[in-house]
Amino acid sequence: MLSMQNISMVYRTDLVETHALREFSLEVEEGDFISVTGPSGSGKTTFLNIAGLLEQFTGGRYELDGRDVSSLSDAESSAVRNEKIGFVFQSFNLIPDLNLFDNVDVPLRYRGFNTAERKRRIERVLDTVGLASRMKHLPSQLSGGQQQRVAIARALAGEPRFLLADEPTGNLDSHMAMSVMELIAEINRDGTTIVMVTHDPTLAEMADRNVHIRDGQVSDITTDTQFAKVATG
Amino acid sequence: MFSYYLKLGWLSIRRNPLLSILMISAIAVGIGASMSTITVNYLMSSDPIPQKSDQLFYVQLDSWDPNNQGDDGFEPPDQVTYIDAMALMKAGKAYRQVASNRSGLVLEPEGDDERPFSVDARNTWSDFFPMFDLQFLYGSGWDDAADQNMDRVVVLSKEINEKVFGGENSVGRSVRMDGMDFKVVGVLDDFLAVPKFYDVTNGAFNDPEEIYIPFNLAVEYRLDRNGNTSCWKPSDGDGFEAFLNSECIWIQFWAELRTEQEKQEYMAFLDAYVEQQKQLGRFPRPLNNRLSDVMEWMEIQEVVEEDAQVMLGLSILFLVVCLLNTIGLLLAKFLGKSGDISLRRALGASRSSLFIQHMIESAMIGLGGGIFGLGLAWLGLRGIEMLFGDFVENMVSMDWVMVLTAMALAVASALLAGLYPTWRACSIAPASQLKVQ
Repeated sequence: MLSMQNISMVYRTDLVETHALREFSLEVEEGDFISVTGPSGSGKTTFLNIAGLLEQFTGGRYELDGRDVSSLSDAESSAVRNEKIGFVFQSFNLIPDLNLFDNVDVPLRYRGFNTAERKRRIERVLDTVGLASRMKHLPSQLSGGQQQRVAIARALAGEPRFLLADEPTGNLDSHMAMSVMELIAEINRDGTTIVMVTHDPTLAEMADRNVHIRDGQVSDITTDTQFAKVATG
Repeated sequence: MFSYYLKLGWLSIRRNPLLSILMISAIAVGIGASMSTITVNYLMSSDPIPQKSDQLFYVQLDSWDPNNQGDDGFEPPDQVTYIDAMALMKAGKAYRQVASNRSGLVLEPEGDDERPFSVDARNTWSDFFPMFDLQFLYGSGWDDAADQNMDRVVVLSKEINEKVFGGENSVGRSVRMDGMDFKVVGVLDDFLAVPKFYDVTNGAFNDPEEIYIPFNLAVEYRLDRNGNTSCWKPSDGDGFEAFLNSECIWIQFWAELRTEQEKQEYMAFLDAYVEQQKQLGRFPRPLNNRLSDVMEWMEIQEVVEEDAQVMLGLSILFLVVCLLNTIGLLLAKFLGKSGDISLRRALGASRSSLFIQHMIESAMIGLGGGIFGLGLAWLGLRGIEMLFGDFVENMVSMDWVMVLTAMALAVASALLAGLYPTWRACSIAPASQLKVQ
């Protein structure tokens, strides 16, 4: 599903070279639920941006769904993002003057679906996240948890095979965070591959595997069995 | 997607109303200023008779002073003498030909309570009306016989007919002018040539005359001439007859020549005529006859004044300044949307689709600027009218061509102004914005 081989990412200024990722390699299989942890500045977000084709890396090879995406044009990478990848952000990133329906509609517009198909998908995903009755509301009329649910609905509307979540519960209280995590886990159970960056070890344990990043490299990979050992041990 | 982009553009304009108003105002002020001067220049330089302007030729014969040479050499005078006008009319070598000049009469309406008033008159020939495609409300022009017989006939303008006869069909009725009774043979429909091409020597933007009478009749009764008269040497004797036989120029002469061959033949005729006159001791300058079609004649006469062209240049510069302001405002607005743009990039929008979206938003701002700019242009034209008075009355109205030009200019300007801000906005690295939004 996702294969990164020796990915490197270097940010250069006139004076400084910063290595955000060094020889970074990771394999994610279809249906996986991966959590990514690591200290601040370790390269988690850079990894997520590269995985989501939001940033071009400086070295290595990246295959997504069997396709080499190392040197796609802007239009090609945009199409891949639109069709295969869903994003969930820490700060929800809903467009404040669009109602829920129109917010979820954004990726579908770029997909070129007709009106009926868009409507069908929007109603279905809003129903999935339990907000079908509020589709004409503005984001400001919702709680934080509800806004994140709308963001998840927006990510799911295009039926992506790959969901990238960057601290999806970072702005939520523990009750809402758990509710959102249950939704993400359910999405994974339905077959969507999920990569989630988090600082929270408890949430990280909800994934099948945890990838720990330090200094731009994978320092440790923990499976759910090992999670269990840690929990019982 | 176009309707979606329109919706997004409208939402974006509403999101920052103050910024949007500033941008629309900047474009509106620029469009208002430039369209005011563009309209004046457009009307000054427009073709007043497009259907046949290339078949109507103004005749210039160089009968002028051999000792008066300008910087560009000998230029033929812009009117002809009575001797030459009558000779050309008598020869009748063109398909149609017309000699004419301006004069003034005093019209005495019927009824004891009505007071006499002066009217501008054009003394001309029967060909004047078909040659310049004048449309009649009632009746028609006079015929050749009326020219030859000096019949007291008159064609009235629509305004004078309304003033004297209340707008009724006055054909066959009599109107008294300068103590003589004239029979009305025709009433013209609305007629406004801008520029007044058939007589630019007496003001290219004056109103058309109010009455039209036979040229020979005006000469016979020695009616006052209102137009320009220039002489380069004194008359041989005193009195009106001596004036008619002098080298004074006061008549405009037009010939209708339908083909290039007719034009060449007429030019040859003019040259032969002048050569003949040279043998009689006239035309001391080298042979230098001219035939200029309507637009050439407008250019020779510099109908578009240099001041107007300078004003046009300045107003275009002003528009550029307004656009530079708009660029700054659009830059602030679009870069302020970096979070929105980055989000859309993450959700699958390509740079090109975002570019189109923001150019459409720019065009919508331009459209708003154009609409308000039209209002300002209208005010600007009224200001010009107030400043310069009746002289420019016929130059300060906007037709649909100018309205469309204003809208197109506004949209094009906004698109131009939007190019750089849109490019900058679409170049934002999405990853840098999504985390901090």
